[in-house]
Amino acid sequence: MPLFREPEGGAWVAIRATLKRDLVLMMRRRSEVLNPLVFFALVITLFPIGISPDPELLAVIAPGLLWVAALLAALLSLDSLFRSDFDDGSLEQLLLSPQPLPALALAKVAVHWLLTGLPLALMAPLLGILLSLPSGSYAVLALSLALGSASLSLIGAIGAALTVGLSRGGVLLSLLVLPLYIPVLIFGAGAVQAAILGDGVSAHLAILGALLAVALGLAPWAIAASLRISING
Amino acid sequence: MSLRLQARKLACERDDRWLFRDLDLDIHAGEIVRVEGPNGSGKTTLLKILSGQLADFEGELYWNDHPMRRKRQDFLANLLYLGHAPGVKAALTPLENLAWYQALAGEPDAEAARFAALAAMGLAGFEDLPAGQLSAGQQRRVALARLELIPRPLWVLDEPFTAIDRDGVAALEGRLAAHALRGGCVLVTTHHALAESPALRCIRLGQGGDDAAL
Repeated sequence: MPLFREPEGGAWVAIRATLKRDLVLMMRRRSEVLNPLVFFALVITLFPIGISPDPELLAVIAPGLLWVAALLAALLSLDSLFRSDFDDGSLEQLLLSPQPLPALALAKVAVHWLLTGLPLALMAPLLGILLSLPSGSYAVLALSLALGSASLSLIGAIGAALTVGLSRGGVLLSLLVLPLYIPVLIFGAGAVQAAILGDGVSAHLAILGALLAVALGLAPWAIAASLRISING
Repeated sequence: MSLRLQARKLACERDDRWLFRDLDLDIHAGEIVRVEGPNGSGKTTLLKILSGQLADFEGELYWNDHPMRRKRQDFLANLLYLGHAPGVKAALTPLENLAWYQALAGEPDAEAARFAALAAMGLAGFEDLPAGQLSAGQQRRVALARLELIPRPLWVLDEPFTAIDRDGVAALEGRLAAHALRGGCVLVTTHHALAESPALRCIRLGQGGDDAAL
């Protein structure tokens, strides 16, 4: 074996390998994938029981309720995004790789969204039936959640990166990201409400898309910087 | 090839305590530098500072006679760092773990190389088990397999002998010596006394915060 071999594969090889690794890891820890979905379903199931089974009342609160429950489910699943890597020493290897850290972090967040946010978005219409969500808004519900949960994953990953070094970082993580989650929630739930009223949803969805674009542009660098701060501490 | 890792007047304070002060280091190709000291004397901190993971220190770092901050990418491309935690994912098999490290290091995706590296570390037959089912020593061997797999001149190893049995320790010592002989350099923290050799130098930390240069 030579003493030194110039690295051949570039950033894309590393990104693809990280995507594959994280996908395999999450698929092997089924509970991590199922927990947010179960939480989502539980919250939605308990509300008609706890408040009132009146379909008209439920239909009014359904858009916001579905969005808030999905948001919380996504938030709860974020704490483990970097924790296992931090605990077993993989995170410091990630930081020492010559490949760009923002790109590798984005790969991890992409897997998280694929196995958390997207399933939540696909499951939401089913739970909408439980809440008597008026017809005509189911597709918008799934679409707004799919777009919005991607932003939630990106923003939440910044908080997860900042708190990964702390032993009880969970509460702090929620406090950090919640202010940034509120715009996404407002326009996401607003899109569903607009669909129910028959108004145009394109404005809301466009803003959700714009929020996602900003998140995609800024979050990877913020996540990388936060990871370095956490390891530093 | 020329390798030179230099630190001038390195100082690090943790919890109102100086771990080391005015520390000068000059590591060349062909050397094995052993950092020793009692628990808590700052060995791991020193390694993290030298590998660029900690920014909270005073002093200057130089890689091949250039300031480290300007040569960081080049430094990282020449570095193989094994931390105190093995960096082995319990849910992945040793092969899958090594495949990720290969991709991260820009090495070609050669499965034969992964098998060979694991066999060289005494893990033949364990390649397809989830790493969580292996013993602590075996997990560390998976991490050490990166030494076989990814050719890098500068090895920075934090307690690499942890949990390794006697034969493994002897084999690893031989590997370090061979690496230095080929022109690489090794910076290692360990409580284990390495065999005397002209390539070996020792740095002792934990002598009250004032450490001599070496």
